[in-house]
Amino acid sequence: MFSVLATKAKTASANKTGSWRSLHKPKYLHTNCIACNLCKMVCPEGCIEGKEKNKYDANLDYCKGCGVCAYICPKKDIQMVGNEEKL
Amino acid sequence: MKQFLEGSWAMSEAARLCRPGVVSAYPITPQTHIVEHMAEFVANGKLDAISINVESEHSAASAVLGSEAVGVRSFTATSSQGLFLMQEVVFNIAGMRLPILMVCANRAISAPINIWNDQQDSIALRDAGWIQIYAENNQEAVDMIIAGYKIGENPKLMLPVMVCVDGFILTHGMETIDMPDQAQVDKFLPKYNPPYKLDVENPMSFGLLGDPSVYIENRYALHKTLEESLPVIEAVGKEFKAAFGRDSVRLVEGYMLEDADVALVALGSVCGTIKDVVDSERAKGKKVGLLKIVTYRPFPREAVKKALSKVSTIAVLDKNISLGAEGAVYTEVKALMGGCNKKTSGFVAGLGGRDITEKTILDIIELAKKEENNCKFMDLNEKLLWEEFHVS
Repeated sequence: MFSVLATKAKTASANKTGSWRSLHKPKYLHTNCIACNLCKMVCPEGCIEGKEKNKYDANLDYCKGCGVCAYICPKKDIQMVGNEEKL
Repeated sequence: MKQFLEGSWAMSEAARLCRPGVVSAYPITPQTHIVEHMAEFVANGKLDAISINVESEHSAASAVLGSEAVGVRSFTATSSQGLFLMQEVVFNIAGMRLPILMVCANRAISAPINIWNDQQDSIALRDAGWIQIYAENNQEAVDMIIAGYKIGENPKLMLPVMVCVDGFILTHGMETIDMPDQAQVDKFLPKYNPPYKLDVENPMSFGLLGDPSVYIENRYALHKTLEESLPVIEAVGKEFKAAFGRDSVRLVEGYMLEDADVALVALGSVCGTIKDVVDSERAKGKKVGLLKIVTYRPFPREAVKKALSKVSTIAVLDKNISLGAEGAVYTEVKALMGGCNKKTSGFVAGLGGRDITEKTILDIIELAKKEENNCKFMDLNEKLLWEEFHVS
């Protein structure tokens, strides 16, 4: 016998939704970053962390691979790569 | 105490004795009397419950889903189109593992609209994940309601239970009922104490999104638990017999099957007629017997197989039809007995309130003995068919 599928109340961040990601993920090149913060501000998931130049990264536990960060980056320092690529 | 009661009244009295905290009600023939009496009990102070008059059966099912989810024993009843309007909620109730008890007064399905009895409605919802038990008479219906709560509310099971009773034949039939008293029922059926519920002090959620990583496990869990409820149904049936002296709740009932050559297989009230036919055939020395399937979901495979192991001819009588295939019970019995070298036939009879007479049963026995029939409709008015419906 098995019980019902039930979950205890928790915050949304407990649900790691990165598994829903499309085929691509952002790769931060960490070479020309000027810490303009644009990628962090446009990320619809709010999953980009970082403050200093060349130290930004996306948290793949939540990233959906939309590519907005790579599109907005004025230095083209973020590339969208295949999900299978090791970072 | 023995009382002479209308079936619906008896069933609502049995439900009242189980002390539900919420009853939702929407009228549909032939079930209406049941929830009508429940509302009367609440209004007269005989039942401490909230009686909710809803605007549709979809809401009737949703209301008891909600009340059961917060840990309150709940009751409702419906029929036919009403059950179909409830359908998505019926599946939800099982998926959320809420042990609601619902009486289904079996009635035919539209179109054409027909308020009379067959079992198409509950049979069409056999896949919903509910325990389905079929009553032969009103005493059984009463007993099944009381025992049904105890089965469904078993903390390891937590499964909804549908007590299926033939519309009009049982719901509107008057019968002497041995009605248990409140103290007996209180002793048999403890207060509802669910292992989980919606509670602000201990927040949790169920019935929520189950993505592909968990959904199939959830279905497996429900399926397995439903299958494993068979011994619980038997155990509660025995407990019920010890407390009330009646063997109403079980998986199957064999009638004169031990030495039978021909076995009829059926569900519900028609078993009474079949038992009469079996008696008269036995008086003539013919070895006929009946297998009454009481618990249809979960399907008691082993019990059915064992009961039919010695007969040579099986005739399944379905008061339903899976259009384009055959009767639902026949499909399952045939699949089960496949390879056993038995003549297994399926007959469809009694749809939309057409009487199933002793002659119908005798005809079925003769046809089954002669050859294997897959989906033989009984008692068709050939004149009507060919003159009114036939397109050349």
